[in-house]
Amino acid sequence: MSNEATLHTHDVHAHDHGHEHGHDEHEHHEQHFFSKYIFSMDHKIISRQFLITGIFWAIVGGLMSVFFRLQLGFPEQTFKVLSAFLGDWAKNGKMDPEMYYGLTTIHGTVLVFFVLTGGLSGTFSNFLIPLQIGARDMASPFLNMLSFWFFAVAGVVMFGSLFITTGPASGGWTTYPPLSALKEASMGSGLGMDLWLISMALFVVSSLLGGINYIVTILNMRTKGMTMTRLPLTIWAFLFTAVLGVLSFPVLLSAAVLLLFDRHAGTSFYLSEIFMAGKALPNVGGSPILYQHLFWFLGHPEVYIIMLPAMGMASEILSTHSRKPIFGYLAMVLSIMGITVLAFLVWAHHMFVTGMSPFLGGVFVLLTLLIAIPSAVKVFNWLTTIWKGNIRFTVPMLFALGFVSLFISGGLTGLFLGNSALDIHLHDTYFVIAHFHIVMGISAFFGMFAGIYHWYPKMYGRFMNNTLGYIHFFVTFIGSYVIFWPMHYEGVAGMPRRYYDFSAWESFKQFGELNQMISIAAIIVFFAQLLFVFNYFVSIWKGKKVTDPNPWQANSLEWTTPIKPGHGNWDGPIPEVHRWAYDYKDNGEGGDFIPQHIPLKDGEESH
Amino acid sequence: MSGLLLVFLVVLIFVVLYQVSRSSEIVAQIQGEEAFDKKRNKILGYSMLVLFAAFMIGIVWCHQYMMPLMGPEAASDHGQQYDFMFEVTLWVTGSVFLLTQFLLFWFSFKYKRVGNKTPHFFAHSTKLELIWTSIPAIAMAVLVAIGLKAWFTMTDKAPKGAMQIEIIGKQFNWISRYPGPDMELGKKYYTNINEKDNILGLDWKDKATKDDIIIPNGELRFVKGKPVELIIGSRDVIHDVGLSHFRMKMDAVPGISSRLWFTPLFTTEEMKSKTGNPNFVYELSCDQMCGKGHYSMRAIIIVETQAEHDAWLAKQQSYYVQNHPDEFPAPAAEPVKTDSTKK
Repeated sequence: MSNEATLHTHDVHAHDHGHEHGHDEHEHHEQHFFSKYIFSMDHKIISRQFLITGIFWAIVGGLMSVFFRLQLGFPEQTFKVLSAFLGDWAKNGKMDPEMYYGLTTIHGTVLVFFVLTGGLSGTFSNFLIPLQIGARDMASPFLNMLSFWFFAVAGVVMFGSLFITTGPASGGWTTYPPLSALKEASMGSGLGMDLWLISMALFVVSSLLGGINYIVTILNMRTKGMTMTRLPLTIWAFLFTAVLGVLSFPVLLSAAVLLLFDRHAGTSFYLSEIFMAGKALPNVGGSPILYQHLFWFLGHPEVYIIMLPAMGMASEILSTHSRKPIFGYLAMVLSIMGITVLAFLVWAHHMFVTGMSPFLGGVFVLLTLLIAIPSAVKVFNWLTTIWKGNIRFTVPMLFALGFVSLFISGGLTGLFLGNSALDIHLHDTYFVIAHFHIVMGISAFFGMFAGIYHWYPKMYGRFMNNTLGYIHFFVTFIGSYVIFWPMHYEGVAGMPRRYYDFSAWESFKQFGELNQMISIAAIIVFFAQLLFVFNYFVSIWKGKKVTDPNPWQANSLEWTTPIKPGHGNWDGPIPEVHRWAYDYKDNGEGGDFIPQHIPLKDGEESH
Repeated sequence: MSGLLLVFLVVLIFVVLYQVSRSSEIVAQIQGEEAFDKKRNKILGYSMLVLFAAFMIGIVWCHQYMMPLMGPEAASDHGQQYDFMFEVTLWVTGSVFLLTQFLLFWFSFKYKRVGNKTPHFFAHSTKLELIWTSIPAIAMAVLVAIGLKAWFTMTDKAPKGAMQIEIIGKQFNWISRYPGPDMELGKKYYTNINEKDNILGLDWKDKATKDDIIIPNGELRFVKGKPVELIIGSRDVIHDVGLSHFRMKMDAVPGISSRLWFTPLFTTEEMKSKTGNPNFVYELSCDQMCGKGHYSMRAIIIVETQAEHDAWLAKQQSYYVQNHPDEFPAPAAEPVKTDSTKK
């Protein structure tokens, strides 16, 4: 394979693993800056490209939420900062409702797709799959590079849509037609919506290129001895994440293409019997509900595309830093599979109140609540993993623990929303906002932060600053609950989401003071994230250097590479695997872990 | 300028924090990494307890702050069912929540590393795993059972004799239509719509439309204790009829007619005394993103007694009469028949 051929040069020069060496030391053939850092085919560089792009989008999306929280918390006041950033969309410091909806829409879109899909699974699938299964790179480094560049272009298109006169898409991240199909319906449904659809289409391409690559790599390129049941749980999670993506993203693409047809080719897939802007449109016979089915057929698996990598990384990190094997490895794998299968069978629980058949709704209630079972198994297994452990409160461990706490809190409220008779009231209220932000927003972010702090030493050969990490954890953990916990109450009171101003509503205006408090907390948490970003970038150059190739004393294969692995990962031959990834036990020499590449001792039973 | 200063200030704070925290690394080197880590680990272990306590106190405090702000009990029969189910679900999830969060923080504290120890190799237990697969499964079965029972009652056909009212959403207000004396909502089609004299596109060829009453601000009037069925539709984009006091909601989708029924339990006046709020009013909110005026798509609902309702109906003129005054010499000759209950 050409892949092997290009990488072969590294094999020739075996290095001593124990010593640190600068990353350029073994780059014997000169690589141009462009091919090394920009159009790189090294999965490690590509993963960092995904991560840094994700960080960029997280700041943009986070800043948007600060802006609309200013409006929600202080609807009477004006803010200079709004005019500074939004220009004419916030004349005299007062945000225009069109822009408010534009910001909420783009906030949702970029955080779900660009940050928690591209930035999370793009980063860690790329980084960890070859390193943890013992491969020199992805099955196709070239497609992998394309995957990033489609992602980048999707981002450019989305970013561009923020600057056009009619503003970005503003129909909510779900962009339901007819609102999103007719440019007369709102300003954001003009050019902004076209750009949104194009950007999504590019993102789907990126996601498919990446996903196929991940699946092929995991199935075909594991090193000798790395059977499927010896894979770390991270890899299982990435595998099923990729499967979910490959099977569901094409459906989103079809939804987007049909919507483009309705917008520009005069078709009526989603349109029927509409009177708009003073005239009756000719479209008859379509159904807006069709779009919702197509959208949620991706949309629901999408939340597991976000959650599974976070779950996988949390499992790995909880085990490593508790110095205990993950409890119930097989059950963990089966629950990932169970979640993957169920993810495709529950989409219509987003549509209980669309007027669809109540019987069908009933079926979806049953299937939806089934997801609670694998989720509960995972939670109890995590708890048992730390039980009787020897817990080191490193920053990644704190984030992994925070992940479990948030996953429990957010997961349980899913039992309310998944039950149609409760959803009939709670649907589209702040209860939903609280639920999904905790369970797939913040908790997935916690998984991602845990992963970043844990694998940063592998990425850059340095540690991130600990103290800032601890500050980041405590502010974010407490802040997230302060922001989202009270929203449950607002939702129970029926307060609808996507409202620009509540002050005219007798039923909801009593929450004004609370909304202020939430907004202030959101701003504080936002600055804590900037602190993280600062820590991330400064530590690349200033962080404490890693001196031990296995700083966390972990078992998985990535820690057998040099501190700063070059393209090809291992200088010598790829290590052979002899045991599962969770042998945290007495190694007979006073140590408490046995890495995967250490052969079984005489009489030792493999797990 | 002040913006730049602010950015500068934030960066400065970050740099200071970073420098200060680097000193902790230096302290670590002086004290010896091992001893320093041990001490820090112990402090963080205790902080898990503090965090849990703060979490629980926060929840109680939040609850006490929020409860007086929450609305009154559900004002419909289905809503009461909802309230009951909500409570059951809250007990189930609440106990799981307390148990698992407690274990998480307690284990974190209890099993903090204090020194090297031989790990407890405990990787698998079929018995335990069966227990915590089956208990959630049973709990889910219970929740699904009561949920579906309530769901099928709510979505069943409306009882005979239910009042029918049509509610139509458009950007950005609601329009309601009452059937008039013939108890029948006449046909309509969207191509008949015009803003001047046919805002819902009623088909005048259908006699049943002639006595239909249209309220352009979407005001809804229900009768206490009498089932009401809403016929829901939209003129343009998707809206949603959100009835938070009745704990019900249903999308308004163009081209599709959806339905919702329930029985209001308390009149507006009763709610005023129940809540102690003289300004209390039932509100209909749009709960599906519909454009820039989404947040202002409000309509008033009045729940009244049959007598009050009849008196109100008697004063209404049908939409046809309103818009074809030449056919009906003024003053509107034919008073609309009102007693709709006795048919």
